[in-house]
Amino acid sequence: MRILIDCRGKNMTSTTLDQGNTNADGVLLTSDGIPLKQKLVQTTKKARSRAFLLTLPLVLFLIISFVVPIGQMLFRSVHNPAGTNVLPNFAVAIKNWDGIGFPSEETFELFVKDMQIARKNREIGKTVGNLATRMNYAIPGSRSLFTSTSRKLSTITEGPYKEALFKIDKKWDNQIIWRNLKRVSSDYTIAFYLAALDHKYDDNGNIVAAEELYQIYVSNFFKTLRLSAIITFLCLIIAFPVSYLLSVLPLRTSNLLMILVLLPFWTSLLVRTTAWIAILQTQGVINDILVFIGLISDDGRIQMIYNQTGTIIAMVHILLPFMILPLFSVMKTIPVSYMRAARSMGATPFTAYRRVYFPLTLPGIAAGTLLVFILAIGYYITPALVGGEDGLLISNLIAYHIQKSLNWSLGAALGTILLVVVLVLYWLYNKLVGIDKLSFG
Amino acid sequence: MDMSKFQKHHIAFAVACVIVLAITQHFAVLLGFIFLFGTPLFFMKELPPYATTVERIWQYLFLTICTFIFVFLITPIIIIIPLSFNAEPYFTFTDGMLSFESTAYSLRWYEDIFSNGMTNPDAVGSAWYSDMWNNAQWVRATRNSFFIAFFATIIATVLGTLAALGLSRPEMPYRGLITGLLISPMIVPLVITATGMFFFYSDIGLAKTFPGIILAHATLGIPFVIITVTATLSGFDRSLIRAAQSMGANGWTTFHKVIMPLIMPGMISGALFAFITSMDEVVAVIFLADVEQRTIPRQMFSGIREQISPTILAVATILVAISIALLTVLEMLRRRSERLRGLAPS
Repeated sequence: MRILIDCRGKNMTSTTLDQGNTNADGVLLTSDGIPLKQKLVQTTKKARSRAFLLTLPLVLFLIISFVVPIGQMLFRSVHNPAGTNVLPNFAVAIKNWDGIGFPSEETFELFVKDMQIARKNREIGKTVGNLATRMNYAIPGSRSLFTSTSRKLSTITEGPYKEALFKIDKKWDNQIIWRNLKRVSSDYTIAFYLAALDHKYDDNGNIVAAEELYQIYVSNFFKTLRLSAIITFLCLIIAFPVSYLLSVLPLRTSNLLMILVLLPFWTSLLVRTTAWIAILQTQGVINDILVFIGLISDDGRIQMIYNQTGTIIAMVHILLPFMILPLFSVMKTIPVSYMRAARSMGATPFTAYRRVYFPLTLPGIAAGTLLVFILAIGYYITPALVGGEDGLLISNLIAYHIQKSLNWSLGAALGTILLVVVLVLYWLYNKLVGIDKLSFG
Repeated sequence: MDMSKFQKHHIAFAVACVIVLAITQHFAVLLGFIFLFGTPLFFMKELPPYATTVERIWQYLFLTICTFIFVFLITPIIIIIPLSFNAEPYFTFTDGMLSFESTAYSLRWYEDIFSNGMTNPDAVGSAWYSDMWNNAQWVRATRNSFFIAFFATIIATVLGTLAALGLSRPEMPYRGLITGLLISPMIVPLVITATGMFFFYSDIGLAKTFPGIILAHATLGIPFVIITVTATLSGFDRSLIRAAQSMGANGWTTFHKVIMPLIMPGMISGALFAFITSMDEVVAVIFLADVEQRTIPRQMFSGIREQISPTILAVATILVAISIALLTVLEMLRRRSERLRGLAPS
């Protein structure tokens, strides 16, 4: 901001206060004759847009490479056009059906003709297989009905289509199939959110809880939350004494010990996970040591990996620096004299610690806890490698649906729920701590 | 504290050592005991005269706990180093290794890094080198990793530094919102990011290509650049800019001659962070890459899942050596930055 005010005013007024350029109304002017207020607004605006322009390339980059892809994925959780893609004409016609009895003969004709076209279609997303998969989510086990029928449909060349279809497979003589087809023929659905929350549509279109056997997602969400909470808590109680020690030691020693914290932080995640496999497995280092000193017998080796224990140990180790660093940076700023003052006024060491020191560390605890919890809740690699079946988290289920079962909409719905949880925590972090306080080392 | 007290707990410790040896009758156990419970004694400092006996005991306990935690932190990283020289295909110490027999140690897993995947590992001379360079799986993965990390780092550092310069200006509008957006790649679960990118990049033809992975890794590295460069800029004396301008420097000269040298350490450590993020990243690679673009972590991931062999430990040891080197560079940069900004040396 360079505002030059010409002090050698041409029309000096009688008041000594007003020494700048002024116009007839007595408004201050800059050297180029613009009112000062206006010039100030202009300059501020310019400075603001300059600052903004510097961030613009990155903001645009992130919108394209990050925000849009995630948004598009979230959209997938409510948008599944398999029905309209495979049976375009039928999808329009069945919208007019009221769901009582069977659809009209014309609708059946459109269904058969659309299916015959779809059978020849090889375009991804428009094959009978796509529709069969989509229907299978709605009615488990209905996949084969679609695929087997589509192979026989070429025999039907003229009406009545309804009877011909029922002749091919008696299962078509079932209102539930057609009601679900009507629902699938709509591009937008909340069915996948229902599935992600262990609910489903029943045969009459009401929302009910899923069968107990299929209720796996809500419990997995809670398991993820519980494990993340355990990991965060363990990180906190492990990080607290170390951070305290680092903050009170003389700089030379604490810098040296800090390397022991930073080295794991800088070491590849895969390396650390591998190391834990080497240490914890049944033929691993810890079990060997325990057998060697005779605490356990050779047959009684402890299973410490490929279960929840393995996930917890490895993740605590991996996330520990994220707890130590914020705690340390807060503790470093607490003067030692506070504790001495408390002691001099008669407080016992414990009281001094509880009433004076501990409350001062709360910002660091908030920062570390939230950060570790946020990172733990979305963890994927470590549970996938050392979690076995029991230690899998929600991220692993999402990856499973995206990569293996290919139920992308369900994966996206689970992802959206996870993302909402994380964003709420992120918002909270920003409120309580401020993201600009984040630092490494 | 008087000398007698100082000697007292040393005597107590010596007695404890004798008892441990008597019970377990293993010198290895005694060494472990001395390391874990003797180190705290070394770090014990003189307490003020008003300290109670409970406090003295508590201080020793506290230091012992800290020793255990540091051991917990560093052991996994240290332990893979000797294990990678195992002559047997095991993930644990063999009897031979424990009794330091030279035959129990070998470099075979390091050789395996170069020979695994070669079409003709017995060739000699330049044929061996070109075979190794083109076909060995780990060598390929290393080349891919460096290639991807190099370009991802450049994109992340250039864009990130520019944005950090903007964010640290006092006039920046919507600072909170934009900072929140720029840091979010670090916060959003990687599976969600990777899934989103997988769908989007598949649509625009970037999936299973190097540019796609480079873009993904640049995105994931950006928060680290932003955080480190903004931290450097927070101690930046803005009057220096005005001083430069008052002496007639234009915008570019001011940046080039005044701002840039001062934020250089921050930029380099941000770049190092972005580089290591890319070198270590595996989720996006799992979703986005084909066999052609396999990186070191991706190779390790499938190695751990499919055919676990100490070759992974050998690779891990090399990676640990690299991280030690990077950490040293970073520490030197930090000190340099503090010196440049006129902060007290530490």
